[in-house]
Amino acid sequence: MTVTTTLKSAPPTAWFGMAVVALTIVVALGAPWIAPYAETEIVGAQFQPWSAAHPLGTDNLGRDMLSRMIFGARNTVGLAMLTTGMAFAAGSVLGMLAALRGGWTDQLLSRAIDVVMAVPPLILALMMLAIVGASIPNMVAVIAFIYIAPVYRLARAAAMNVVRLDFIEAARLRGEGTLWLMRREVLPNIASTLIAEFGLRFCFVFLFIAALSFLGIGIQPPTADWGSMVKDNATLITFGDVTPLIPAGAIALLTVAINFIVDWMLHRASGLKT
Amino acid sequence: MNKTPMTPLLEMRGLRLEAGPVKSPTVILHGLDLTLRRGEVLGLVGESGAGKSSAGLAAMGVVRDGVRFAGGSVRFDGVTLTDLSPAKLRRLLGRRMAYVAQSAAASFNPAHRVLDQVTEAPVLHQTASRSQAQQEAIALFRQMQLPDPDQIGLRYPHQLSGGQLQRAMTGMAMACRPDLIVFDEPTTALDVTTQIEVLGAMRDIVEHFGTAAIYITHDLAVVSQMADRVMVMRDGREVETQRTREILSDPQQDYTRSLWAVRSLERPAKPADTPPLVECRDLTAAYGEVTVLKDVSVRLPTGRTTTVVGESGSGKTTLARVIAGLLPPVSGEVLWQGQPLPPDYARRDPALLQDIQMIYQMADTALNPRHTVRETLTRPARFCRGLSGRTLEARVRELMDLIEMPPGQFLDRRIPELSGGQKQRIGIARALAAEPKFLICDEVTSALDQLVAQGILRLLMRLQDELDLTLLFITHDLATVRAVADQVVIMQQGRIVEQGPRQQIFDSPQQAYTRRLLDAVPQMDPDWLSRVR
Repeated sequence: MTVTTTLKSAPPTAWFGMAVVALTIVVALGAPWIAPYAETEIVGAQFQPWSAAHPLGTDNLGRDMLSRMIFGARNTVGLAMLTTGMAFAAGSVLGMLAALRGGWTDQLLSRAIDVVMAVPPLILALMMLAIVGASIPNMVAVIAFIYIAPVYRLARAAAMNVVRLDFIEAARLRGEGTLWLMRREVLPNIASTLIAEFGLRFCFVFLFIAALSFLGIGIQPPTADWGSMVKDNATLITFGDVTPLIPAGAIALLTVAINFIVDWMLHRASGLKT
Repeated sequence: MNKTPMTPLLEMRGLRLEAGPVKSPTVILHGLDLTLRRGEVLGLVGESGAGKSSAGLAAMGVVRDGVRFAGGSVRFDGVTLTDLSPAKLRRLLGRRMAYVAQSAAASFNPAHRVLDQVTEAPVLHQTASRSQAQQEAIALFRQMQLPDPDQIGLRYPHQLSGGQLQRAMTGMAMACRPDLIVFDEPTTALDVTTQIEVLGAMRDIVEHFGTAAIYITHDLAVVSQMADRVMVMRDGREVETQRTREILSDPQQDYTRSLWAVRSLERPAKPADTPPLVECRDLTAAYGEVTVLKDVSVRLPTGRTTTVVGESGSGKTTLARVIAGLLPPVSGEVLWQGQPLPPDYARRDPALLQDIQMIYQMADTALNPRHTVRETLTRPARFCRGLSGRTLEARVRELMDLIEMPPGQFLDRRIPELSGGQKQRIGIARALAAEPKFLICDEVTSALDQLVAQGILRLLMRLQDELDLTLLFITHDLATVRAVADQVVIMQQGRIVEQGPRQQIFDSPQQAYTRRLLDAVPQMDPDWLSRVR
């Protein structure tokens, strides 16, 4: 099936999801040109209401909310993408390695992953960030490390189904190395599962970053990010202003949108019709 | 209910089945006519894709998902099934019409006892109370010659053998005393010696209750034991229908004759007097605690075909895995041109690995579905032979010519787009790309139709002559052995029972087990089953 016919068969929910994601990407990439003000520029008094000059008002330091929303898309989504990508690169390679090698390699890796999974992710992240110190590179590394575990488990399980097939045996019998087996024989067969998982895992990471930022140990001020924007402006809620709900809503919208796409991809990968 | 023998029990008129989009449908049955009288057994024969399973299901008013009735009618005992609502049809299914599938193991729910599943239909259709149904089921088990009929129903499906399950499933189909049973390849997955028992039990019970049956199979010898009449099908059309004896002795159509001729393929055996390429000495191998190979010694002469024959569980595939280095033996050794082979393939040097290649039973899993034909073939040619650029392309085309597939047409196809026989050919080409001396063929034809299988066998024989290959051919099918073997090894429960030149094994078998195995092969003679039982 070509790309166009595949896209045509997408249900409306998936179209909605793709539209939201596309919009987010455009906004994130074009932030400096789209945003009316700079990311950290103080443009007026604190907590100004919505007006023509500031469509979403200003925040607790008098920065333009809309501009920060736009830059926030860049930071939150971009970092989430980077983190998820790192977790997937490491997790899927290790998972396939465990499935292909079996034996001690598998035991060692799997038990190590069990240890990581035994601690609730948020607590583990808080603990590790307390040790290494809160900074953006540290946060990305810590979250990527934590999310290697579920990716590893999935990649290993999916690869297990592939490595027992005869074509792997045939490749081994002609002396192919592990790297080639991983890249050319196993990976193409588990790619659809991994891609679907990537979408889902991206949502988790994205929420995770927002949560850490909300707690004040994620993305550090003055960098704009949707999680900390909720936290910084939370007091407005008590005055009946919905502005802090807008970054929260953006998080929710993007999460739902990605889940719509993932649902569709999982459905296609499972081979079920309509 | 009209019981006069004149009215047919089942009448299909111009039945047309379609699948796919309504505007450009794939036609599965092109207006099939079929009549079945009470108590009659009709055999449906054809290759896969001939539409015989679809016809069998349609006889019960059922179609597979995505398939629809597109014309014609199916009348069962005066009721037009094609017009019936699903609820009304369900009342007939299981009670008046029953179905026996190819894989009984997959058709039983592993979480329930056999007896509960056999009595499910009569209880559901309220033709009998539970205790009454259980009594009848036990009587059926006895009639089907299942061991320990009183207790066997209390076991779970995994505790029964394949043959026992298949008989229990026939018992289940019989539980409501249906007027029609559809058998869909019920013995294809069974060993020959088990097949005899199951066939006999099925035939007896169908005769006993006077049930009409449709017996679907691709095995002509089997159908000639079971059926009163045989319909040969091809591409969703009837080729010809005759009484069994007549169609066997005097087939009218060329296609029927070509099906008949498949079984007579036989290559003259060559003397197995060349020096051995591979020699196994006292091999014993085990999976964990279970010993599957005991003191196996065999010599595989260079440039000859050695077939290893045995029922499932006899250790023939294990022998191949030991030689290939996939399962290091517990004791004993494998010699390659007189030199000991490292037991683990990972310790063999690349040149040695390339000399030993395998061809697998399931071409579906033996080829990476994400690759094209070109990728499948270029990799071993590049990796094992160091070819690249133009020589590589030339080699790939040469390989395609060897397996008689036009390179221009197939090279850029993806594996899933190929038919079963084409996939198997690609599997052979991939093995040949490494330019091996020794090919292990593990049941390479058992998943294929007879005509296609014959093509593969002819191809392998031709390649052996052209490339001077040594073949180890594993099979459970004695017709295949007769076709290709120079030397025959008979295995049972991990041991070699008998080995020798083909002629000697077939003409004067020394061991009782060999004789039993040879006798169990169905022959194209309607009286064969009655004679051997």
